[in-house]
Formats: sequence, C-alpha cells, structure tokens
Amino acid sequence: MELILFLVFAGIAVAAAINVVVQRHPISSAISLIAVMGSLAVLYLLLGAEFIAAAQVIVYAGAIMVLFIFVIMLLNAGGETKPGRSFIASLLGVPVLVALLALLAFFTARIYPRDTEVHFGGFRGGTAQAVGRALFTTYLLPFEITSILILIAIVGAVVLARKELE
Amino acid sequence: MMGHVPLSWFLMLSAVLFSLGVAGFIFRRNIITMFMSIELILNAVNLTFITFAYQRQQVAGHLFAFFVMVVAAAEAAVGLAIILTVFKNRETLNIDDLDSMKN
Repeated sequence: MELILFLVFAGIAVAAAINVVVQRHPISSAISLIAVMGSLAVLYLLLGAEFIAAAQVIVYAGAIMVLFIFVIMLLNAGGETKPGRSFIASLLGVPVLVALLALLAFFTARIYPRDTEVHFGGFRGGTAQAVGRALFTTYLLPFEITSILILIAIVGAVVLARKELE
Repeated sequence: MMGHVPLSWFLMLSAVLFSLGVAGFIFRRNIITMFMSIELILNAVNLTFITFAYQRQQVAGHLFAFFVMVVAAAEAAVGLAIILTVFKNRETLNIDDLDSMKN
C-alpha cells in the first residue's frame, strides 16, 4: 500500500517537476509546480508529518502559488522568445547536473542501505499538537525572529510595489 | 517487509527534484520561471528534512521545514514585488536583458 502510494505520487512529482523545467510558458510551469507540491504533501503524510502536509497545501500550493499566478497574469508575460542561454551553460550544464545527481544518489545509496523502511504510522510525533508544543517552547526564539522577518518582508513588498503609483 | 518503502527512496526523490530545480535555474531565462525553480529546490530540501525527522523520530525536522516554508513565503512576496518593479521599469522578464550592473 505504501509502496503503491509512494510510486504513484513520486512519479507525479518527478513528471511535474520535469514539466516545470521544460515548459515555455510560465503559467504552465506554475500549474505543474502546484502538482509537485500536492504530491509532496501526500508523501509528507506518508512520513507522519500531518501538520507540515496541511501547511504545504495551505501555504505553498495555496498562498505562494496564487501569488505567482497573480503576478504572471498581471504582467501578461508570454513565453520565452529566444533561448539565449550562454555557451558555457549549454555546454557544461547537463553533464554537471547529471554528475551532481549521480553523486547525491551514490552517497544516499551508500550511507542508507535498505534498512530503515517507511510504513504509515511509523512516526506519530508530527501532529499539530506536537509541532506546536515544540514551536512555542524549544524553538520560541526562532519563531519570534521569523515574525520580525515577515514584518520586514511585508514592509519591503509594500514599499517596492508602492513606488510606481506616485 | 512487503509493501514498505525504503527510506533512501525518499532521499533519492529529493535529489532528483533538487537537480531538476537547479536545471531550471540554469537553463531558463524567464525570471519568474527561475524563481519557481528556487521554490522547487526548497521543496526538495523540505522533503529531506521530513525524511530525516522520520528516521530520527524527532519533531525538530518538521520545525525546520516549517521555518523554510515561512521564509519562502516572505521571499516570494519580496521577490515578486521586485519582479513587478523591474517589469514596470524595463518592460522585460528576460534575465539576459537585465544586465545594467554589468557595465
């Protein structure tokens, strides 16, 4: 059951991620990115992260991607007209990326042989209660700093967007 | 056991998504698509955090993923505001045309 769920949603995630990269038009990339985030939320549930899965759907697929699509439609941006990539990037890009992926996969396979197996309900510490308790006791200082960061981001976004009204 | 998923498969998936995000960032010239590739990279890192939280049986990984999410939201708001301003001033989204700091 877990294997089927993992294979289906990992396949969707990889296919949609490839679609994000190869699509010409930004709106197609944005819709594919929402598919990646939704399937990742299912994988989070499989790993026992209920709260993070809900936050993934609400914050990422809900708020952030709506912001992206809003900006894409506001700017009425068309697809890319010219490829325009530099010579070095087109020459070295794919081999370097394949090497990076091979290196990551090699070390993952070496360090983590198939000993730990994921099964649903194997970790029950990811509920909203547990996350909230850790967030407001052990990690209270990072939480407060994050609130200041968000305040700065709001002020910065307002200042940046206000400029052309004058 | 039958039907269970090895933990390393999640890390492999995370590596694949990370590499695809880097590929998008390198090869695409549209500034919004590059920005979405960064979001893809952050999602891959979040999956790694959640996977290690499962392995260590600790909730700390979830907290880090949560903070990554919050910072990504703030980054998206500021970044898209910058993109809006750049488009209003320069009338382009192509990253190769935005080279006024070069000379």
